[in-house]
Amino acid sequence: MSGNHSSSVISARVRHVEALLEQRGLLEGGEIDRRIDEFAAGGTPANGARVVARAWIDPGFAERLLTDANAALPELGLSMSGGLQEQRLKVVANSAEEHNVVVCTLCSCYPIALLGPSPGWYKSEAYRSRVVRDPRGVLAEFGVELPAATRISVWDASAESRYMVLPRRPEGTGSLSEEELAGLVTRKGLIGTALV
Amino acid sequence: MSTRTDRFAPGDRVRTRSLDPDGHTRLPRYARGAVGVVVEPAGVHPLADDRARGRTGNPQTVYHVRFPAAELFGAGDHSVTVELWEDYLTPVEEDP
Repeated sequence: MSGNHSSSVISARVRHVEALLEQRGLLEGGEIDRRIDEFAAGGTPANGARVVARAWIDPGFAERLLTDANAALPELGLSMSGGLQEQRLKVVANSAEEHNVVVCTLCSCYPIALLGPSPGWYKSEAYRSRVVRDPRGVLAEFGVELPAATRISVWDASAESRYMVLPRRPEGTGSLSEEELAGLVTRKGLIGTALV
Repeated sequence: MSTRTDRFAPGDRVRTRSLDPDGHTRLPRYARGAVGVVVEPAGVHPLADDRARGRTGNPQTVYHVRFPAAELFGAGDHSVTVELWEDYLTPVEEDP
């Protein structure tokens, strides 16, 4: 049985279904936890940060990443194929003219392989319902104040694709190594709720 | 790769259906009955509504479709891009 369940109705229902599936031999004990662990294995925002740092120093990689992220990820030993099927990844680049922010309004879809498990606020109804309607206001609450002329593009990851934001490279980082650049990139920066 | 023909191309204007089905759909309520522009096709997948009902579901193209916030919410200067199955979309004829 999966651990860490709260006492909510949905948790009780999931436990019940899991028990029935185990009783009928359709599921081994602990199988769901094991599958989830396998799916999440190696998933951390450090992966997304490596992708961003490479894109900052290698314009050719950046172009390949923005054109077909799934084809570009293997250059860094990464992929989106940890689940039952490979998920399409779309990387969206911030610029002076446009700021991107990602949400899943229907549930909590998220590129776990590149960002690790999603933060609690990403799954909250408040974030999911408000950021599509008033992204500028929500971003301000995250401490992100954008110039009025900067367009905001919200991406709703409610279907088959997953999204990652390519933040703008900060000024004055010309002398940093790829590894040092990766160290500047935060999880919120990869979702679009922070600048880097 | 699929050999099926996409019904819509980048730049096409489309209107989402305004159905309110019982049970699961991936057409978010806020994006129903709205006009947007196709950004790009994003693969071929069985309709999620069918799969949630235990049916196989015919594979069909899903598209990134971009909507102006004002079209969705009556206000706002941002855009929201939603990924939508072909069945959710109808063509919008350009004004003559």
